[in-house]
Amino acid sequence: MTDTTRERQGSNLSQTPAVADVRLEDVVKRFDDSTAVDGISLEIPRGSFFALLGPSGCGKTTTLRMIGGFEEPTEGRIFLGDQDVVGRPPYKRDVNTVFQSYALFPHMSIEGNVAFGLERKRVPKDELKGRVAEILELVGLSGFAKRKPRQLSGGQQQRVALARALVNHPRVLLLDEPLGALDLKLRKQMQLELKRIQHEVGITFVHVTHDQEEAMTMADTIAVMSGGKIEQLGPPTELYERPATAFVAGFLGVSNLLPGTVEGADAIRLDEGTVVRAVLNGRSGQVAAGVRPEKISIGAGGGSNELPGTISETAYIGVATQVVVRTAAGTVQVFAQNMDAGGRIPAPGTNVVLSWAPESTFVVDRADSVMEEETE
Amino acid sequence: MKRHALTVYALLVVGYLMLPIAVVILFSFNKPAGRFNYVWEEFTLDNWVHWNSILGIQDAIITSLEVGLLATLVATVLGTLIAIAIVRHQFVGRGTTNVLVFLPMSTPEIVLGASLLTLFLNTTAIFQLGFGTIFIAHVMFIVSFIVVTVKARLIGFDRHLEEAALDLGANEVTTFRKITLPLIAPAMLAAALLGFALSIDDFVITYFNAGATQTFPVFVWGIARVSVPPQVNVVASAIFLVAIALALGNVFWQYRSAKKTQGAT
Repeated sequence: MTDTTRERQGSNLSQTPAVADVRLEDVVKRFDDSTAVDGISLEIPRGSFFALLGPSGCGKTTTLRMIGGFEEPTEGRIFLGDQDVVGRPPYKRDVNTVFQSYALFPHMSIEGNVAFGLERKRVPKDELKGRVAEILELVGLSGFAKRKPRQLSGGQQQRVALARALVNHPRVLLLDEPLGALDLKLRKQMQLELKRIQHEVGITFVHVTHDQEEAMTMADTIAVMSGGKIEQLGPPTELYERPATAFVAGFLGVSNLLPGTVEGADAIRLDEGTVVRAVLNGRSGQVAAGVRPEKISIGAGGGSNELPGTISETAYIGVATQVVVRTAAGTVQVFAQNMDAGGRIPAPGTNVVLSWAPESTFVVDRADSVMEEETE
Repeated sequence: MKRHALTVYALLVVGYLMLPIAVVILFSFNKPAGRFNYVWEEFTLDNWVHWNSILGIQDAIITSLEVGLLATLVATVLGTLIAIAIVRHQFVGRGTTNVLVFLPMSTPEIVLGASLLTLFLNTTAIFQLGFGTIFIAHVMFIVSFIVVTVKARLIGFDRHLEEAALDLGANEVTTFRKITLPLIAPAMLAAALLGFALSIDDFVITYFNAGATQTFPVFVWGIARVSVPPQVNVVASAIFLVAIALALGNVFWQYRSAKKTQGAT
């Protein structure tokens, strides 16, 4: 697991030779009775939209709070640019945070909230007014300057929180589940809005979320965290197409994991005897072959990997039909795209052959996959 | 019908509560025949005009106001700091402090007064009974009310607000001044008003620890044994009027700020 992490970082580093905006070195955070963050190292290149993704309690928020200066790491170092900031209070760090609860100052107007950071920096009055107006324009709240936070809707408050942080032009903007309190429709809209704003201002965003879709929509790089460690770090497509662990495979989308043993340079013999071809990445021994439900075709011809089975359930869900197939290797989920009306999906009870391409087959640890099944 | 019954009942209760006060105010305009102001004789404004003609009454009022203001001020500062310490920080003895702070509220006044007197009499090298000891006693019981009120406000207050201020470049002092203080100020003010009222009103604890110094309640108690001059009613009425004015002012101010908020939306 750690090996994979290191390897990804290595490749990430070579892609971006410039000084990283944020760099964590073996950061550990222990609270009285638990370890929230357990040895995290990562680099966030300048101008990127970086997401820390994981279930609650995986240490992502603690990591963010350590970058912001609200928690101090027990071990390890945190760099902003080339400066080690461990031990520095939040007001001496060139980062700003958008809190999950927005944390707008209720006794100040929207203008007062947004100007708060600039006033602390003693920005001259004229410049201050211009910058506040400009940022309110950027988040689409120009007419709201004189209002109090409680007079605004949740989505508007969220924009104020964003404006209040961005107006200071921080080196890094930290977002702690910023869309968590919004309803689904507004959240989708704000995801695109946030991405637009990030493009416009070009500031590095570090975004904490437990919503894999949100992370995939917005971030260029995602670090998937679990149990205080980084499971895998990379661009969304890589995480989805080539998950390095069973946890990542299960957390981002749906995966079918079939236990087996590596046999030869590019093949895995499943426990029930079928041989499937896969991209092994140098793995050997006991593994699990993974394939996404939408990569599988019902009937031969989808690729050279084939697995016979019996359809046990089908469910029509509009864009696709979800099919559950019982095979000797275990239950397999298939998403068959509804390309043409009429439905070619055989009825439950039909014996079928599932097929998929070797390139669509990834390999993860089997130990993980057992654990994953247990937790589910 | 039922609604009217309720109104009548409410009015009766209010009347019952207000009757003694009405009598006090009424008799402040009386011109008593003897030393006691119990029987209505004749209307006069003399008592209001010469409110301080009784020996010692003016000094007692001044002492009461001085003790009240000073003790409230000190207790508010102290109590607010204690509340912040209890809510915001982990320290040895936090739980104990939390319990001890309630004690002055739950202990009978006579016990507090007597205990304090014992303490002061055993440390006469430091404490002589008088203004100082009254002040200390009043701070002690006001502090409890301040701590309890401010604590409640601090608990219901989003911790992230302070973090946001720090995050935006305000140091701890600025954060306290710009964010924490304005947000707990209403609770502090409410607690301080309550504390001041308790201080002005207190007799039992003060009487034990006053020595030769007289606050207004102690003065009234002393003079009541020989006579009750109508000036006592005048002062009592004045205190009542000030309290009413403050309450009305508060209602008006709230009404106005509510209207202002509505106007903006």
